[in-house]
Amino acid sequence: MSFDVPDERRYLESHEWALETDGVVRVGISDFAQDELGDVVFVELPDEGDVLEGGTEFGVVESIKAVSDLYAPVGGEVVAINEALFDAPELVNEDPFGEGWMLEIDADDPDELEALLTADEYEDQIA
Amino acid sequence: MPLQTPPLRGIHDERGAKFTEFGGWDMPVEFDSIQTEHAAVREDVGVFDVSHMGQIHVTGPDATALMQRLTSNDVSRLAVGDSQYAAITDEDGIIVDDTVVYRLPDESDDPTYLFVPNAGTDEATHERWLSYRNEWELEATVDNRTDEYAMFAVQGPNAADRLERVTDESVADLARFEARYATIDGVDCWTARTGYTGEDGFELIVPWAAAEETWTAFDCQPCGLGARDTLRIEAGLLLAGQDFDAESNPRTPYEAGIGFTVALETEFVGRDALAAIEEAGVDERLVGFQLIDRGVPRHGYDITNAESRVIGTVTSGTMSPTVEKPIGLGYVPVAYAEPGTTLQVVVRGQSKKARVETTPFIETVQ
Repeated sequence: MSFDVPDERRYLESHEWALETDGVVRVGISDFAQDELGDVVFVELPDEGDVLEGGTEFGVVESIKAVSDLYAPVGGEVVAINEALFDAPELVNEDPFGEGWMLEIDADDPDELEALLTADEYEDQIA
Repeated sequence: MPLQTPPLRGIHDERGAKFTEFGGWDMPVEFDSIQTEHAAVREDVGVFDVSHMGQIHVTGPDATALMQRLTSNDVSRLAVGDSQYAAITDEDGIIVDDTVVYRLPDESDDPTYLFVPNAGTDEATHERWLSYRNEWELEATVDNRTDEYAMFAVQGPNAADRLERVTDESVADLARFEARYATIDGVDCWTARTGYTGEDGFELIVPWAAAEETWTAFDCQPCGLGARDTLRIEAGLLLAGQDFDAESNPRTPYEAGIGFTVALETEFVGRDALAAIEEAGVDERLVGFQLIDRGVPRHGYDITNAESRVIGTVTSGTMSPTVEKPIGLGYVPVAYAEPGTTLQVVVRGQSKKARVETTPFIETVQ
């Protein structure tokens, strides 16, 4: 089975993706991760204004069968969360790189992203 | 120890199933998605490979006596083709396992039973039966036939229609808990109107060698253990090893809500202990609950009262695909067991409000 791994993003070994635009990093989980989890039924996210440290836990995604912690790719302030997921957590399954995004972080240091996996490296990890 | 594999491991793999270890078996957990499979069973029909369930065959002049003394229900009530749900208890009345006992057509004029212990317990159960048979000097043969039979569950409101298309004889007239042999592609399958989803449906015990043809005959949604779990929780049905476990969570049938399987008028291992408990009443009881706050209850989470004192543990929990609410089962003191009682469930360190509900959570076929 092959999974979508968009090139322009960076990835964590724990299966989050990160996409930076003008210093703001949007975060979600990968196509592979949503498939492994199965039907997502619950997403717990931080509040806007919370300050996260890169590599630390920021929330939880739960499917019917599993619970999985979510990790921040970079440090910074949470400037947006995807509230649509509270009523429609299935968006994570349906569109993990689009409508299923989870939060946006105003990155303290966007260069932190350079330490993460490239699409090619992530593809090797899930192969 | 290597995992045991069901006869259809290859077929499931080709179909794209994901697998999990369950009771020492490598079983399909999900084919398409748990929600898709769950909905198929609630609304139409789905088929489960439950070949990990044990099959133990008991016959001989004392077969009834042996079954009577090792299961909690009244085996003497079973006519040929009947079945009953029962507990297997120890001397203290603790549930060791739960099972369905079928009375097969008599063999050589002797009563013949087939019973289905849970995955991974067949060897210990076989030993238990042999050991008690010898101790009581009963004349009965006890064969562990787990490796000789596959088992499928065809479940859902349209299960009878679907089965009628593939069997040579009609099975639609079978009553709940009634069974007979029906032929599928020339193979005799023990076909019982039983199941563990809360829906109408049938369980088929099929010779291992014919498993592939029989499975392929059902042109309907294949379902894995994931959907089986969400379906049985909604139906308020127990999972061995989780909702009761003789080692880690010892419970009597009265605590577990299956007191209806206890026939105190019969003599069986654990009977006297259970008679005393029935008389005195239980301290704790398994209840169903719904989480009012957001979150998903899971096995092992603490249940607390309003003062944050731990009063129990969640034994099973899920986000219910049918009622679309987080639901669960857990043991609490009887003072907290009334439907409507407010409890708290501790979900990853946070107290979430929950309310005791009447089980089953959905309307089921009795």
